[in-house]
Amino acid sequence: MVHVVLWGALKSASGGKDAVDVEARDIRELFRKLEAEYPGMKPHIDRGIAVSINGTIYRDTWSQTIPPDTEIYLLPRIAGG
Amino acid sequence: MPLDTSYTGQKFKLVGTRPLRPDGIDKVTGRAKYGADAFAPGQLVGRVLRSPHAHAKIKKIDTSKAEKLAGVKAVITSADLPDYTNGDRGMFDILENCMARDKVFYDGHAVAAVAAIDADTARKALKLIKVDYEILPHVTDVDEAIKPKAPILHDDIFTEGVEPKPKKPSNIAKRTEFGHGDVEQGFKEADIVIEKTFKTEQTHQGYIEPHACLANVGPDGQGEMWVTTQGHFVYRNQCAQLLGMDISKLRVTASEIGGGFGGKTHIWAEPLALALSRKANRPVKLVMSREEVFRASGPTSSTSIDVKIGARKDGTITAATATLRYASGPFYGMWAELGAMTSFACYDLKNVKSVGYEVLVNRPKVAAYRAPSAPMAAFAVESVIDEIAKKIGMDPVEFRIKNAAKEGTKSSYGPVYGPIGIGPTLEAAKNHPHMKAPLKKNQGRGMACGFWFNFGGQTCTSININPDGTAVVAVGTIDVGGSRASMSLMAAEELGIPYENVRCVVADTSSLGHNDMSDGSRVTFSSGMATVIAARNAIKVLCQRAAKMWDIPEDAVVWEDGCAKPAGANAGTFPPLTLKEIAAAAANTGGPIAGHNEFVADGAGVSFATHICDVEVDPETGATKILRYTVIQDAGKAIHPSYVEGQYQGGAAQGIGWALNEEYIYGKDGRLQNPGFLDYRIPVCSDLPFIDTVILEIPNPNHPYGVRGVGETSIVPPLAAIANAVSNAVGVRMTHIPMSPPRILKAIEGGPA
Repeated sequence: MVHVVLWGALKSASGGKDAVDVEARDIRELFRKLEAEYPGMKPHIDRGIAVSINGTIYRDTWSQTIPPDTEIYLLPRIAGG
Repeated sequence: MPLDTSYTGQKFKLVGTRPLRPDGIDKVTGRAKYGADAFAPGQLVGRVLRSPHAHAKIKKIDTSKAEKLAGVKAVITSADLPDYTNGDRGMFDILENCMARDKVFYDGHAVAAVAAIDADTARKALKLIKVDYEILPHVTDVDEAIKPKAPILHDDIFTEGVEPKPKKPSNIAKRTEFGHGDVEQGFKEADIVIEKTFKTEQTHQGYIEPHACLANVGPDGQGEMWVTTQGHFVYRNQCAQLLGMDISKLRVTASEIGGGFGGKTHIWAEPLALALSRKANRPVKLVMSREEVFRASGPTSSTSIDVKIGARKDGTITAATATLRYASGPFYGMWAELGAMTSFACYDLKNVKSVGYEVLVNRPKVAAYRAPSAPMAAFAVESVIDEIAKKIGMDPVEFRIKNAAKEGTKSSYGPVYGPIGIGPTLEAAKNHPHMKAPLKKNQGRGMACGFWFNFGGQTCTSININPDGTAVVAVGTIDVGGSRASMSLMAAEELGIPYENVRCVVADTSSLGHNDMSDGSRVTFSSGMATVIAARNAIKVLCQRAAKMWDIPEDAVVWEDGCAKPAGANAGTFPPLTLKEIAAAAANTGGPIAGHNEFVADGAGVSFATHICDVEVDPETGATKILRYTVIQDAGKAIHPSYVEGQYQGGAAQGIGWALNEEYIYGKDGRLQNPGFLDYRIPVCSDLPFIDTVILEIPNPNHPYGVRGVGETSIVPPLAAIANAVSNAVGVRMTHIPMSPPRILKAIEGGPA
């Protein structure tokens, strides 16, 4: 089980929760399950969500594996100059 | 499986040296081709008609007289740009920003465009276009825009991120929040609490080269564009979508770039040039004037920020909060969100909360500007950090060292840090001679820290080995700061050939797979990584060819010092084959030799910097002179140290302009009052001291050479470092950027600063 910590703007999409638990082996599965359980997250996922796993931020590598029992963080997909 | 790109501690022969950049001679002799230098036979001149109103309904546009003018070949309005965005609000905002549809949202918003045989005719044609406006009330100030009676820009935008969903539309497009712990409890544990409000004015990236492109769309629907951009693949994709074209039918070639800093990550007039060309069936060159660049490209946000920090007398921060209101222009942005994420990222905090509000105003659509949103947040936070240190009686560097984030710290925006450089940059600042240099009357010293994320992204690179043993590296990322030199160094390092034997070019969009833009400090990190992997793939082919030439198994060949060598018990005792010899024999061993790589680079590694600044303030005029400036920043590994130093110095120079002079000034009529370099004053050489740099190298574990991005972080600390220096010089806390002479005089005289 992965403990997924949400940032503020996602709370309204998850019914006010700060964090949710999801069974997922990689980022792709994580997004698929989040979207199924919390349809309000779809526009955020479409707009772009980055995932922090053990301190490394992944913006695009949806095949990135998530170790079991990890606490991960969802973040906005950052823009740069 | 994702590619293993871990740091290996490899020893280098070329990486870390300082050869000349391959584009240097072209740039200093005027031979380099920029956006406006493109030419095509029969080309027309494109010009854009822009709104003089900050907010108005477009009731009617009559282009009939312009169309009848001799020499006019095409006139377009939004009717020529139908909506192909399929419900994608972000793309629709881009479309609407490129050409107003039902409403204009700012002074300078495009309403029509013409293509004519020369500039005179185009200008005359613009004057013949009649636009019937219904003027609406406007708002340009970030704090005014969120007041209950402020004019609402969009009646279909309801504040996102709040529960329950609001029933009334609002100029606050989104609320966002980051943090952890219990800030109320943290403030109760504090001996000292300081709370202040800060403002920063809107600034422009100030790139010297205006936006320019040459568009050519034929009757067969195929098109080409030559353009100044930070990302020609993204320009191609977005322009193709807005024009309803297949991506394969639009080929985009990037020119040299005369500065971008985030402002050229966005399309502005390029779709208009393509639409004009398609309608006129002729090439159209469209070059923005400086006034248009100011009024109608993408400056940074103006902001209003509240910061509250509590600390114990021993110097431990117990709680910190920030409320950040960032103007995003008339369209949804993520600028306050980035400010909220970065505001406290330098510190190890038990209780922290930052809340961001994206605010819609009648100003141009905000675009990224080098570490977007972080400098303003750092200005507010680092100013209060200095105030607290002063009140406690602690040295500001020691106070920051005591509270600095480190490996294992839970960052204020969530994730736990790996190895990071904030502590080492602060230690280096503490021990730098600059900190001990004496100061005279009316002089002050300030220092500040800064943070930026950095990122990677989609990247595709090819290396072709030529018959004479030289190599060409084709990258898809624009060279904004010497990256062709860095790519050449990395390719030469891997292949084992001299730097001079490698030429790096930026390929057009038909030659490589999609590449993300040159933003997020990503180029040396991600294109560099792709270049290293492509070189290693080329080496595999070179070894295969050597095996054929020796008639031994492929796995009996190794690559060392630019040569294939036999290895293993049954490999034989052949003398080494150089890359040149293998390349010369390529025709008879299988044909051309190349290495290729396409991947998504993630794990860019966060970046920190500490800046020190000395100023002298003239108490009679309020004018500030920067006396000395030092940048200390972690680069992970400096591939080409001169260009790393150049990034550090460039960020500091832009930050100095932002801190002291630069400011969008709007009149009560909502019109920009200073759209030119005479009245919008960027720093020139005589305003700047030599900017000293210190490169720290704390390897990024996610890059084979340890590289971290360096392009953006250097603009984060200057506003704060200079504000702290000026505040120390005049004895009053400065809370409004830019600290122009009138604001400083007002502060000295006791008025609000």
